[in-house]
Amino acid sequence: MDFQPVLLWTDLLLFVLLAVALLSAFHVRRSPPLREAWRKVGRRPSGMVSAVILLAFVVVGLLDSLHYRPQLPAAGDAQGGKVYSAEVLSVLDGLLEGLRLRTEKTYSAPFAATLYQKETVELPEGGQARMYPRLVHGAAHLEDPPAQTAGDIARRALPAAGGMALAVFAGFLLIAALVARARRSGFVPAAADVLRGRAVLAWRAALLTFAGLASVCALAVVLAPYYHVLGTDKVGQDVLYLALKSVRTALVIGTITTLVMLPFAVALGIAAGYLGGWVDDVVQYIYTVLSAVPSVLLIAASVLMMQVVIDTHPDWFATAAERSDARLLALCVILGITSWTGLCRLLRGETLKLRELDYVQAARAFGVGTPAILRRHILPNVMHIVLITLVMDFSGLVLAEAVLSYVGVGVDPSTISFGTMINMARAELAREPMVWWSLSAAFVFMFLLVLAANLFADVVRDAFDPRRG
Amino acid sequence: MLAYIVRRLFYAIPILIGVNLLTFLLFFVVNSPDDIARMQIGVKRATPEAIERWKVERGYDRPLFFNAEARGVQHLTDTIFFDKSLRMFAFDFGSADDGRDIGREIRDRMGPSLAIALPTFVLGLAAAIVFSLLLVFFRATYLDTWGVIACVVMMSISGMFYIIGGQWLVSKLWALVPISGYAPGLDAARFLVLPVLISVVAGMGASARWYRSIFLEEIARDYVRTARAKGLSELRVLFRHVLKNAMIPILTGVVVVIPLLFMGSLLVESFFAVPGLGSYTIDAIRAQDFAVVRSMVFIGSVLYIVGLILTDISYTLVDPRVRLG
Repeated sequence: MDFQPVLLWTDLLLFVLLAVALLSAFHVRRSPPLREAWRKVGRRPSGMVSAVILLAFVVVGLLDSLHYRPQLPAAGDAQGGKVYSAEVLSVLDGLLEGLRLRTEKTYSAPFAATLYQKETVELPEGGQARMYPRLVHGAAHLEDPPAQTAGDIARRALPAAGGMALAVFAGFLLIAALVARARRSGFVPAAADVLRGRAVLAWRAALLTFAGLASVCALAVVLAPYYHVLGTDKVGQDVLYLALKSVRTALVIGTITTLVMLPFAVALGIAAGYLGGWVDDVVQYIYTVLSAVPSVLLIAASVLMMQVVIDTHPDWFATAAERSDARLLALCVILGITSWTGLCRLLRGETLKLRELDYVQAARAFGVGTPAILRRHILPNVMHIVLITLVMDFSGLVLAEAVLSYVGVGVDPSTISFGTMINMARAELAREPMVWWSLSAAFVFMFLLVLAANLFADVVRDAFDPRRG
Repeated sequence: MLAYIVRRLFYAIPILIGVNLLTFLLFFVVNSPDDIARMQIGVKRATPEAIERWKVERGYDRPLFFNAEARGVQHLTDTIFFDKSLRMFAFDFGSADDGRDIGREIRDRMGPSLAIALPTFVLGLAAAIVFSLLLVFFRATYLDTWGVIACVVMMSISGMFYIIGGQWLVSKLWALVPISGYAPGLDAARFLVLPVLISVVAGMGASARWYRSIFLEEIARDYVRTARAKGLSELRVLFRHVLKNAMIPILTGVVVVIPLLFMGSLLVESFFAVPGLGSYTIDAIRAQDFAVVRSMVFIGSVLYIVGLILTDISYTLVDPRVRLG
């Protein structure tokens, strides 16, 4: 099938971020102190576990950031021109096409074969009956669902377990080979050390996490074509699909916000600290004013205003996806503007300390220009603060998105995010019987992401902060 | 000390002017009143007459900074900037979209907000300090490790899940307290127990972990060794000596938020239907009532500055070496 690639603004920024990450990985490889610091991260089991989980989320998010518009089937009056759908899809949508399109009428529980509400159904032999109608897609292949479901799941789960075991074994062989190459020792002792958890890096923890993730994924892959594994929501969408789509929104908010604010915070913070004088006064005034307003209110006010701008200029955006993407980006920028003050203050303080150190004084005495001093001596020595802030802020921003979407100043209601999922699921708890699955799915996904981010941030801070051992 | 406070209050004026200009820019310059009117009336129904009427009703039909048609002082006073922004310095907020006086509404709603926020603050602080001191007491044991893990797990859960889960468990399943609502007077206690409890639990993880790291830094100092050498028990060392000395870093983070307690917690008040300032703000944001949002931004920044001054004063109370002058 033909398609037309679409590059949304947030996609572009995510890939810029990815490129920056890869470039800095090369830089780290060449710099022994940085390599040692990252090795410290890898030695801690919690660092490895959280890195593996985060990596899984990042893969989902990046797949969801490759957007395209599929070609529509040629219309009758073929004029040779290709027509592309107005709907913007991502590679993840393409992979999960089954999940995306197999919608039901309304709520259904996980693994259910019927809707959750009774409906009046026309019987084939005439007359009507109140009953739970069968789902169109979920467990549709079974004759007698209540009796067969458990057996069917078990029958399908068995090969999944086999596949999972194979994947984990392959991962183990790969890791052992890597360890053996790094030590230039035999394969068998390296493999034994990995299993005993005696390798330099915490490979065993990584392997166990991978096993856990792989088994969940394998189960989902084999069962999702036949059941709604996490149930369906009010309009019958598969909750698993919604949860996976939410990951990208969370990642965008957690990373791009910091990326957007970074240039301002670094430039202003270092300038204020190094130059002093009126520059310092102006920068301090700006961040005092910005931090004087309670952040929720400042964000709310800015987002409301941004909404007016976007709503009064519908002609700026070609598709609905671009419009909601613009809102997402605007939210990131606003969150960035309201949250750069903390980093700026830290950088200013650190620069104040650094500029009095001997090597900076010496450089100045040799007549090195201010820009060169800032670039060569100050910037590399405050980068650890930037890195620590970047990872520490991530989890807070993911949590903030949910709250802001609840207040009504978060992402566009059409953007799938944890916030919009929670918002819709909130009213469902009051129903009888309770609709618990969409809320639980949002909870589990968000909790895993934030917990992994928090653990990772802790390990990174311990490794890079010189004040911590 | 009085001279110091007065001087700090004068320092606050440029900051408040900055906040005022910022909100003015956001609300009147980024979008012209015409755009906002079109939004609020609805793009399809927005005829020029309807927009004009909307602006006259709210006093947005005047020039932004300088009124050429007016006379004398009114050149400057009969403008949107003077009427909507400068008047806030006198705590005159005008009226909301539903015609009610914002200042009066704020005074009425302060009570319920405080009724939730004050107990939450006091109990939360006490609980987090006691818990983190216990972790420090059992430092480098399994209890400490698991306590820190529990803290990280607790801070990884969104506040909304605490509220939803708490409401479901305590109010729906056990039916101990009403699910939401508020009553004036002593009757309020029934409604307040759950929101206060949930807020305390929700805030526990992050603050306990932070206090623990402060205490651990403090415990490596010489005076702690001296206290132990004198033969004091470990608990006494922790609660008498370490706690007192760790108060400065704790106060730095804590006192700033005391004045902001007036603003209430947006989430808790909204979920529990408490008629406080937090739910007022949320309702205003949802209804796009810009006058109310503007007023809350101003009040919030005033309270923040009061908090900064209070922080400085509180230092003198816990640390005799600090002198303000």
